[in-house]
Amino acid sequence: MADFPRARLHVVSGKGGTGKTTVAAALALALASGGKKVLLAEVEGRQGIAQLFDTAPLPYEERKIAVAPHGGDVYALAIDPEQALLDYLHMFYRLSPTGIPARTLRRIGAIDFATTIAPGLKDVLLTGKVKEAVVRQTGGKPAYDAVVVDAPPTGRVPRFLNISHEIGNLAKVGPLKTQSDGVMALLKSPQTVVHLVTLLEEMPVQETLDAVAELTSLGLPVGGVIVNAVRTPALAPADLLAAERGQLDLVALSGGLVSVGLDVALAPVLAAEAGEHAARVALEERGRDALADLHQPSYELPLLPDAVDLGGLYELAGMLIEQGLA
Amino acid sequence: MARTVKGSAPKLDIDHVLETAKIVVCCGSGGVGKTTTAAALALRAAERGRRTVVLTIDPARRLAQSMGLTELDNIPRAVKGVQVTGSGSLDAMMLDMKRTFDEIVETHAEPGKAQQIFDNPFYQALSSSFAGTQEYMAMEKLGQLRALGTYDLIVVDTPPTRSALDFLDAPERMTTFLDGRLVKVLLAPAKAGGKAYLKVVTVGFNVFTSAITRIIGASVLQDLSQFIAALETMFGGFRERAQATYDLLKDPGTAFVVVATPERDALREASYFVERLATEQMPLAGLVVNRVHHSAAAGLTAQKSLAAAEELDPTSLTAGVLRLHAERLALSQREARLQERFTSAHPSVAVVEVAAQPGDVHDLDGLRSVGADLAAG
Repeated sequence: MADFPRARLHVVSGKGGTGKTTVAAALALALASGGKKVLLAEVEGRQGIAQLFDTAPLPYEERKIAVAPHGGDVYALAIDPEQALLDYLHMFYRLSPTGIPARTLRRIGAIDFATTIAPGLKDVLLTGKVKEAVVRQTGGKPAYDAVVVDAPPTGRVPRFLNISHEIGNLAKVGPLKTQSDGVMALLKSPQTVVHLVTLLEEMPVQETLDAVAELTSLGLPVGGVIVNAVRTPALAPADLLAAERGQLDLVALSGGLVSVGLDVALAPVLAAEAGEHAARVALEERGRDALADLHQPSYELPLLPDAVDLGGLYELAGMLIEQGLA
Repeated sequence: MARTVKGSAPKLDIDHVLETAKIVVCCGSGGVGKTTTAAALALRAAERGRRTVVLTIDPARRLAQSMGLTELDNIPRAVKGVQVTGSGSLDAMMLDMKRTFDEIVETHAEPGKAQQIFDNPFYQALSSSFAGTQEYMAMEKLGQLRALGTYDLIVVDTPPTRSALDFLDAPERMTTFLDGRLVKVLLAPAKAGGKAYLKVVTVGFNVFTSAITRIIGASVLQDLSQFIAALETMFGGFRERAQATYDLLKDPGTAFVVVATPERDALREASYFVERLATEQMPLAGLVVNRVHHSAAAGLTAQKSLAAAEELDPTSLTAGVLRLHAERLALSQREARLQERFTSAHPSVAVVEVAAQPGDVHDLDGLRSVGADLAAG
């Protein structure tokens, strides 16, 4: 049984460099597993999904990008604010993207203004498109079983999601306000969870703690903490402790090296490498302890030996299913 | 321990950069150690005799504390514990984006208009959350510090943007917007005064205005229109400053230092940056690759090390240490391959590596040691 059975919108954030796009993609595969249909959306124009799946840049169009384990489809969409605005005008005001009003808006720079300059507006457009995908119905049932969003990094995600506040300062009434309230209602509902990806390093852990506090205070639902790129300690606990203190048993190490025909002169060099490894493991333990204090469901994904490819994504998706995130 | 990349990449001579540059801009994607690199460069320059200031954007708490930075207040403060030689000194400051914006408005707005701008909801949103404001204000602050003339060297950290290039575009985006036709349309009602605004707009824009009013609402449009009208008085100032900043970045006294880690995404971003700087004819000093793994026992190959471990009791200390060594070499080789790929695409870009540390840097000793790594090799 998955840990978030009611969630249909999974927002994935994390500090830059923690692998949030990879985790979002693996989560989409995991959620699609067993015959479901899942949309994986990105909102920052980075084309991170296309790079990860090694395909051509994604257009503003939902297209099938992968087949999930045991059947199921993952669709991908790069949400572009300009296209989202034209979509929105078309859907709610019946303005054709090629008609005169839309062309005029573009010509005088209003589209550009709305999507790059007007604060908050861009985020409403992006999250509005996400909402549309979540609530869309085809044949009387939801078009997607779940939507996974590769969201902005932790530093920006509270503001990205707290759009009612951002827009509320500008528009107290009117259509813009109605739209942002609608999106906000979905984001604060039990249908949404915000997952945070982290590494067991000092700054990502600290940012994760800060983000959980901030999201919680905004009433946004925090989901799982996904610890990425976890290394398995290569040494026994006692050896790790000795290595961290620089007290590794050099006699035993030298003996071991000699027994397999290696140069004993390697012993101190290898011991120093073990010492660095142990220091890192100790730091990771402290990070893990700090995260445990959050009392959020947490998941761990290993550091894959090579850059993540499709095979690696399936592997990670399998682990997320095993650990109950999907 | 720092080492130049094996192969053809020239070595980045950091000390030469720190001796000759007037401005050093550290840029690169998020999470690559930009702020630490900027702080380490500034400390090293100060301790080698230059009057230096480091402008940080969003430092990690403990790193900020190590430099005595406790608040966002836009005031450069002397860093304690610097081992100064000659006339060297080190100040540090954290960017206060909103305050910087307020200062520009105060300087450039007509008397009486400043308060009107501050009170407008669009200004409040724009000055605290516009996606490009942080970038724009960082560049603005850089220009101000330069104009002060009290520093030999200004080291600036760039904001952790989606694309590392955003700060280059921010000033231009702002001025393009202010020059644009949208602004002129929005200005029309304010100039005509209040209610008459739908009438003053020419027939061609009738469709547009009714559409935009329906979409965003009349009161929003009015706020926006007033905001633009108030800002218009300072358009000239904006444009001039944006141009001045751009010129400053192109000045031969400026040195861009691109920061990356030996990972695919970070190096890809570094590539984009190098290409963009070339297009803009901005002076690139070189690439700093942080968190590089090396082994002092590279002669013992990963295969040999693993084979030896197989012969031993897998739970033994020696087997564990040998497996660890093999992992480290595999990582080191992967990093070297990624860097070679970068260098083959950009053979003339000078490179320097900084070895991975087990923990984060959060004191001056740590920064000093990073600085020494950057300069060694």
